[in-house]
Amino acid sequence: MLSEKNRDESFYKIRIAKRIARELQPHTVVNLGVGIPTLIQNYLNPEQNVYLQSENGLLGMGPTPPKEEIDMDLISASKHPITLGVGSSIFSSSDSFVMIRGGHIDVAVLGALQVSGKGEIANWAVPGQDILGVGGAMDLVASAKKIIVAITHLTKNQKPKIVEALNYPTSGIRTAEMIVTEKAVFTINQGELFLREVAEDSSLEEVRHFTEANFIVSDDMIYSYN
Amino acid sequence: MKQQLRCEKLKTAQEAVEMIREGDVLLVGGFGLCGTPFTLIDTISESNHAKNLTIISNNLGEAGKGLGKLLISKHIKKATGSYFTSNRDAVKAWKAGELEIELIPQGTLAEAIRAGGAGIAGFYTKTAVGTKLAEDKEERIFDGERYIFIRSLKGNVALIKAAKADTLGNLVYSRTARNFNPIMATAADLVIAEVDVIVEVGSLDPEHIVTPHSYVDVVVMNDRYEKVGGEYVERKK
Repeated sequence: MLSEKNRDESFYKIRIAKRIARELQPHTVVNLGVGIPTLIQNYLNPEQNVYLQSENGLLGMGPTPPKEEIDMDLISASKHPITLGVGSSIFSSSDSFVMIRGGHIDVAVLGALQVSGKGEIANWAVPGQDILGVGGAMDLVASAKKIIVAITHLTKNQKPKIVEALNYPTSGIRTAEMIVTEKAVFTINQGELFLREVAEDSSLEEVRHFTEANFIVSDDMIYSYN
Repeated sequence: MKQQLRCEKLKTAQEAVEMIREGDVLLVGGFGLCGTPFTLIDTISESNHAKNLTIISNNLGEAGKGLGKLLISKHIKKATGSYFTSNRDAVKAWKAGELEIELIPQGTLAEAIRAGGAGIAGFYTKTAVGTKLAEDKEERIFDGERYIFIRSLKGNVALIKAAKADTLGNLVYSRTARNFNPIMATAADLVIAEVDVIVEVGSLDPEHIVTPHSYVDVVVMNDRYEKVGGEYVERKK
C-alpha cells in the first residue's frame, strides 16, 4: 500500500518537473532548489541550453556522475555529487551570491511549504519547530528575476499548500510569478492568482476543492499535461 | 619530493593550532564537508586548549565529521552560519543549551565575510526583509525598495582548505571546494591554509591563482586525509 502511494508521489513529482522544464527558456540561467526542483535537470532538452547555477559556486552544473567518477570536491547545493557541464565555471560563495542577489539569475525554481494566493513563499521554517537552517532560500526569493514554485498540491496530511495567508514563516516580501503542482498551473499577476492549466486527470472542481486561496480562472485556461 | 620544497610558512598542524587562543572567533571554510580543513579541525579536537570558540562557517559539518568533531570535543560556544540542521549533534547541543546559534542567510553570510575582509563595516541587502531573520535589523528604503543593514564579519583566525599552495603561499582550490575559503582568507588576523600539495613558486599560472600569498600566514599539509573513491577519508595510521 505504502509503495503504491510512493510510486504515485514520484509520478506526480516527475510530472511537475517535466512541466517546469518546458517553461524554461533557451539560454537562461536557472537555479534549482532542493526537492522537486532538482528533478527538473533530468527533463531538460540539451538544445534548450539552460545553464544551471548552484549556489555553492558553480554555473553550468552537469548531471550526476557514474559511481566511479564521483568527486566530492564537486557537489551541488544539496551536497550530491555532480559533474561539470560544457562551458561551466567555478567561483566563490560571495561571487555566487553576487550572481543571485544582483539579479543575474533568470529563474529560481523553489520548493515550498506554503504559498499564499498573492505568491508569498514560506520555504525555510515550520512553526513550533527549531529554526536552525535557512541556506540560500531567502537570497533567491529576494533577487531572482522570476520565481517558479514547484510543489505537490497538498501536504502529506492532505492540507492545501496554496493558502489565503501564510501561517508558516515567510521567506521574504518578494512574491512568486508561477506555481506548478501535479493538478494545476497558476500564475500570479499584481497580487492576484490566475488558474492557467488543469491536469487532464484533475478537474476545475477538484482544484477549487484543494486550493484554499481564491483564484481567477483565466479566460484561456486549458486542460493540459504531459 | 614535495616535502623538500622550502616553504617558510609551513608548520605542522600541531604548531598551527597552538596559535589559536581560548575564546577566538574562527572562520572555517567549507560547504557541508566539501572544502573543509579536516586535518586542522581534527588537531583542534584532540587538544585541550582553545575552547569556547565562536565558529563562523556555513554549517557545522556533519555528525562526527569535520566541524562536527569540535562539537563532540566541546570546543564550540557559538556557531554563526546558514544551515545547521544537517548536523543532528548541533540541533541536540542547541536544544540542551550547550550551543548558541546565529542563523544568517547564506548570501548574507558570504557578503558579511567579504565585506569584513574588504574593510567595509556593513551593507544593506534585500535578502530576508520582512522575515524573522530581519526582526532586529535596521531597515532603510532605497529607490523605493526595503533593505536591511548587516554588519560585516571578521575572525581572529581563518582555517581554510585549498588544493595546492606554492612555496610562497599562493593558493588554488578544487572545484566547488572553493566555496567560502577565498573570502575567509581575507577576513581574519591569522590565516592558516591546509593544502593537499605544495609546489614550487612560479609553477602556478598567475591567471589561475585564486588567493594571493599575502593573505596566507601559515601553510599546513593535509597529512591525515586521502581521497578514496572521490571522498576524503582518514588515512590509516
